[in-house]
Amino acid sequence: MSWFARYVRSTVGAKHVMAVTGLLLFLFAIVHMVGHLQMFGGPDMYNAYANFLQNLWEVKWPTRAGLLALLLIHVAVAIGLVARNRGARPVAYAMYKPVVSRSAGRAMAWTGMALFAFLAFHIIHFTAGQVQPKYFHTLDAQGRIDAYSMFVRGFQNVGIYATYLAGMVLLALHLGHGAASWLQSLGLRHPKYPADRLGLPIAAFLFVGYMLPPTAVLVGLIRLPGA
Amino acid sequence: MSDSHEELDLTLHVWRQPDRAAPGKMVAYKVTGVSTHASFLEMLDILNEQLVARGEEPVAFDHDCREGICGMCSLMINGRPHGGMRATTTCQLHMRFFKNGDEIWIEPWRAHAFPVIKDLCVDRTAFDKVISIGGFVSANCGSAPDANDLLVPKEAADRAMDAAACIGCGACVAACPNGSAMLFVAAKLSHLHHLPQGQPERLARTGAMVSAMDEAGFGACSNHYECEAACPKDISRDVIAELNRDYARSAFVHRERANKADGSG
Ligand code: FES
Repeated sequence: MSWFARYVRSTVGAKHVMAVTGLLLFLFAIVHMVGHLQMFGGPDMYNAYANFLQNLWEVKWPTRAGLLALLLIHVAVAIGLVARNRGARPVAYAMYKPVVSRSAGRAMAWTGMALFAFLAFHIIHFTAGQVQPKYFHTLDAQGRIDAYSMFVRGFQNVGIYATYLAGMVLLALHLGHGAASWLQSLGLRHPKYPADRLGLPIAAFLFVGYMLPPTAVLVGLIRLPGA
Repeated sequence: MSDSHEELDLTLHVWRQPDRAAPGKMVAYKVTGVSTHASFLEMLDILNEQLVARGEEPVAFDHDCREGICGMCSLMINGRPHGGMRATTTCQLHMRFFKNGDEIWIEPWRAHAFPVIKDLCVDRTAFDKVISIGGFVSANCGSAPDANDLLVPKEAADRAMDAAACIGCGACVAACPNGSAMLFVAAKLSHLHHLPQGQPERLARTGAMVSAMDEAGFGACSNHYECEAACPKDISRDVIAELNRDYARSAFVHRERANKADGSG
């Protein structure tokens, strides 16, 4: 086995992989969130942004491929770790009282799996446009893909809103542990800096940032052009 | 004896398992007349006297120094290693913290790497294997050097001593939801790596001890820090961060490890 294979198969190396892939996915989540906040800038701004990204196919496809690879590595290594950790305690305690760990941290495998399902739904919904096909694939006045209207029509539906709300709760729970954890996993946590406490603020920041535009749509602050 | 002396009657739920291969189960026992001055292990001695008097098999449990320094005692007590009092081993846990009529659940450490030998005794050879692969320095030190011959900064000496306080009891593994031994292994590394003598073999030692830990079947660290809360010697999670950092260096920059792995050196 090469030194690199031995490294990533070790428990510590696997945690390094989880931390690095998790961090990169998190950075994407921030960029993605900032992009959607442009819904507050009106149809022109949002559609210009959406079409700019859509037409940048030299960047778009490698980015998609990279994100998919990161996600698959993150999931595959996680499955290996969970299997190993379950195997490390074959007989459960009759009484076991964790005192400092949070349930969200211990439930990373569950929130991770649910998030994976949510991401699949999100891609079918917005990227492929197959959940509400009649709202998608429309063009705006300038002949651009009308991403703004599809966003508004999408979140005017309470069921869709609730699905995304659930997805963002999962994301916040998952990141609450992940963001507090990655510096320690990479050995970069230092007692002088409160890295362990980063989880909650980061999770709250992403949750609020992501839920602002859909909530504005639901309560009628963001409307269809001309409505 | 102080006036606070009282006697307790307790109900114990104890894991009984005749040997490694046989299945075990929780068995309830009444134990009576336990002095509040007794330690937890003395309470088990009293139980065993009462069991022997009735012609029953006494409960096997590990112990040695009974003064909190050897790491031999163990026991998951009411779902917490060593009973969950901060920085306290089971032998130093006293019955005055219990009330008359209490029910107490007593189980062995649960980990694949710590198989039950009998009742509450587990086999902690996996820890010995980790130590034997790297928990030492192989420099020939000769006779004891003069004091202050080798200068060690106070902060480094303190951190080495803090890590060296580990008594290898296994409470970290028992407390961890993943059955991970990271706090133990990291403490053993940290106590050498804050001293000059530990530096020459630092990366090789880190790589080797992590491999031994993985081979023994311990889980991975998910940063839950239950180990830190359970440690009877208050070892800090900081040592795990040191291990994580050194392991990356051991994998990516340590030449010896690369050579060994591809068989060329
Ligand atoms: S018996 Fe030695 S530490 Fe408890």
